[in-house]
Amino acid sequence: MKRLFSVLLSCIISWQALANTQDMSTVESTHTDSTLSQLVNQLPTTKLNKMSPLLEKIAETRNDKTRGVLKAMMEGDLYYLKTDKTVVLALKEESLYSITNILTAEALAPVKKSKLRKVKTNNRLRGDIRSFIAKIDLTDPNKAVREQAVKQLLDNSSKSGLAAIQSLITTETDDEVRELMHVTLLLNQLKTGTHHEVMAAITQLEDTLEPSVNNTMVKMLAALPTNNKTPEQKALAASLTKVISSIEDKRSFFGIIENIFFGLSLGSVLLLAAIGLTITFGVMGVINMAHGEMMMLGAYTTYVIQLAFPNLIEYSLLMAVPAAFLVSGFVGIIIERGVIRYLKGRPLETLLATFGISLILQQLVRTIFSPLNRQVQAPEWMTGSWVINPVFSLTYNRLYIIIFSLMVFFTLLLILKKSSLGLHVRAVSQNRDMARALSIKSDRVDAITFGLGSGIAGVAGVVLSQLTNVGPNLGQAYIIDSFLVVVFGGVGNLWGTLVAAMSLGSINKFLEPVVGSVLANIIVLVGLVLFIQKRPKGLFPQKGRAAD
Amino acid sequence: MTNSTNSANALTENYAKEPFSMQKIFKTLSHLHVVVGTLFIATLYVTICNLFFAEGSFFHVSDYTVSLFGKYLCYALLALAVDLVWGYCGILSLGHGAFFTLGGYAMGMYLMRQIGDRGVYGNPDLPDFMVFLSWTELPWFWAGSSSIVWMIAMVFIGPGLLAYIFGSMAFRSRVSGVYLSIMTQAMTYALMLAFFRNEMGFGGNNGLTDFKEIAGFSLQDPHTKLSLFVITAVALGIGYWISNFIVNSKMGRVVTATRDAESRVRFVGYKPEHYKVWIFVVSAMLAGVAGALYVPQVGIINPGEFSPLNSIEMVIWVAIGGRCTLYGAIIGAIVVSYAKTRFTAIMPEAWLFALGGLFVLVTLLLPKGIAGLLPNLFDKLSMFKSAESETLAVKEVNDQNKTKTTEVEAK
Repeated sequence: MKRLFSVLLSCIISWQALANTQDMSTVESTHTDSTLSQLVNQLPTTKLNKMSPLLEKIAETRNDKTRGVLKAMMEGDLYYLKTDKTVVLALKEESLYSITNILTAEALAPVKKSKLRKVKTNNRLRGDIRSFIAKIDLTDPNKAVREQAVKQLLDNSSKSGLAAIQSLITTETDDEVRELMHVTLLLNQLKTGTHHEVMAAITQLEDTLEPSVNNTMVKMLAALPTNNKTPEQKALAASLTKVISSIEDKRSFFGIIENIFFGLSLGSVLLLAAIGLTITFGVMGVINMAHGEMMMLGAYTTYVIQLAFPNLIEYSLLMAVPAAFLVSGFVGIIIERGVIRYLKGRPLETLLATFGISLILQQLVRTIFSPLNRQVQAPEWMTGSWVINPVFSLTYNRLYIIIFSLMVFFTLLLILKKSSLGLHVRAVSQNRDMARALSIKSDRVDAITFGLGSGIAGVAGVVLSQLTNVGPNLGQAYIIDSFLVVVFGGVGNLWGTLVAAMSLGSINKFLEPVVGSVLANIIVLVGLVLFIQKRPKGLFPQKGRAAD
Repeated sequence: MTNSTNSANALTENYAKEPFSMQKIFKTLSHLHVVVGTLFIATLYVTICNLFFAEGSFFHVSDYTVSLFGKYLCYALLALAVDLVWGYCGILSLGHGAFFTLGGYAMGMYLMRQIGDRGVYGNPDLPDFMVFLSWTELPWFWAGSSSIVWMIAMVFIGPGLLAYIFGSMAFRSRVSGVYLSIMTQAMTYALMLAFFRNEMGFGGNNGLTDFKEIAGFSLQDPHTKLSLFVITAVALGIGYWISNFIVNSKMGRVVTATRDAESRVRFVGYKPEHYKVWIFVVSAMLAGVAGALYVPQVGIINPGEFSPLNSIEMVIWVAIGGRCTLYGAIIGAIVVSYAKTRFTAIMPEAWLFALGGLFVLVTLLLPKGIAGLLPNLFDKLSMFKSAESETLAVKEVNDQNKTKTTEVEAK
């Protein structure tokens, strides 16, 4: 808890520091304001052919408003009032134009179109403006802005932009941005250079995965004549084909890795959903059709926690995990004590009774929270993605879910294998009478086991709240899948569940691009049904001598 | 598990020992007679009241009610099918909705073709949704769908074939109990996903609807509705007769024995999987017929009928009515469906609470369902019986069961 506070505190301090620096920069920039306004006020009177030098001067002012002026002009939103030649940013709103003074950012009264006149531009000017903006962005102190600017130039380059990169590449401090600049220059060399330069560029671009590089090379190869090539063209074609195929290989390799990653992330969701069931179904032999509703309760717990602490969204998931475990676990214990223990040894009746419970829980949630889906917010650290290279990036939420599900799995494994509770659970599941004879309270063990399984379902619900909409039917969508995972892996076998969940997830994701998601789902279902016919006890059947 | 048909038989036999005419009547009257008789009287009543009493009269039964009852009777036939496999064979199928819906689709395809050029697009050969998908010709599996004979054949063949393939695979590899239930659920779920696809050629999401006529009779005509109701009642009667015959035949006995002790039956020399497949196929065909009769009365069939929830609801009918008694299944289906109609009209919120509560209470307190209550109720009403004979009856049931198992073992 202390740690948490110190983290919070440091966050606040750094935020204030950031705010201070911003203040400083505004103070610094005020003295250049006057030159900018002088230049901008010339815009309405300047002729089109003298516009370019003026714009260049504007770009050189390096004011924090400069970019806004240029951007407005490029997008055709820059107007001036006919009366006093004030340059304004005008946006159409129904019949009127809402206008703001471009220099003072002061909102003026909306006017009719007839009161306004556009600042003149043409396509050539727009191209110039684009490169001016790129130059501004390339020298931006923020790394992300610089990177974005280089990427823009990579996709559609301009002469001045390239010149800017050429001059800036030596002073660039960030490795990634410099690498990207290098690629941009090479790409330009590839497009415009002499034969030797092109050949050199091709060999240097061999390891690049930027899509525009690949596209350019493919285009170049297509542009070469099919026969009657000069020796130079032949060499070019050969090296192009080689590099393109090597890039293709790399891309398909990363494509496979990406599929595996998606498969694992789907698998870990399945794992979380099924692992609680492995305990209740596999270890206790209870068919809990209300398992999905335990997940739903967990998801709604997350929603309620976010409602209760709207200022702590960042920590809401951390709070929701134990809370959901307790809520679902508690409901699970009530169900076990109230209904399931009277149906011991009658699996089909248990199935029906728990299905009834699931209907009641769904309707309860519908009555309390309304039948509409509820939006659970994602904390900042769950959004975004980890970009490894241009064709391969991992989204953080999936990454965290994989890690989290494995954590839950190993915790559970530890509880079952190493703790005394786990020992009792296994003893009762193997031979109830003998366990009772050795003074294990089997009733208590049953209740706790069921609570544990349900609690883990609740935790799974927290994760699901990050992936899908939270609604009363949330659990139903996963119940069939999770039963299949448990049966596929071999009932009562935690490792089997892990293998089954991950392999089903991966198979699904590999089939998806080929046949579409619905058909992939169907194929997996049918495949599973066929598999169970061949091996009724699943992948890893429990060893034992018991006959039915 | 006690077989309640046996116990009921034992009870009637017990009454017969006492010299009261009531009991004699009960002995001669089997369940078959009572059920078919009740069905006949009810059908006759509805028919007469619908045809000969003017609207507004106390006895008048509206066309809407006729269709509603027809729907209930379809459900009853379906429940009968579920009871046949669950009650007598111990196969808890959570996928009977699949057979019901397949039967429904067979009928739906025929009805679609009957629309002819009266559809929105007016294409004489292609149903509307195919024109909408800009298909130019009928897919191969629609061939023959315009013939009524073919349709009737498909109502039996479609569900029967699926049940045969699924059953022979599952029962041969001895998938049983909960595993089988989950497999059947996966089957109907997969079918639902498949039928939701437009490419499947069954109308996708919207299913088949907008039917105009059946065998030349307009579906809007009250007389057609009444005829459909009567046909459904007849089908239910025949279905009941067939089920009753199967249950009491030698094969039925083996099936029941399989339910109670599958390994013993196998060791005695029977092949339980053959009997299971056989009864599973019969049950699927009954469900298919129910589906086929359901479609013209409600006017639509869509993939939603495949949903696992529907299949579970069917099991509830049987559980509430009383499994192992064929008439119990019928009572359960009609009572629960009627309650659903009333509840969803009066307070829709409460229906799922009531249904869920029923599940829990019936499994906990009434393992034999409503049918289990009936003999008790009768005992209390008749007041002939002393506590002594009651214990006798129970003893006799136990004895009978014992001799049954020894018989099976002896084979």
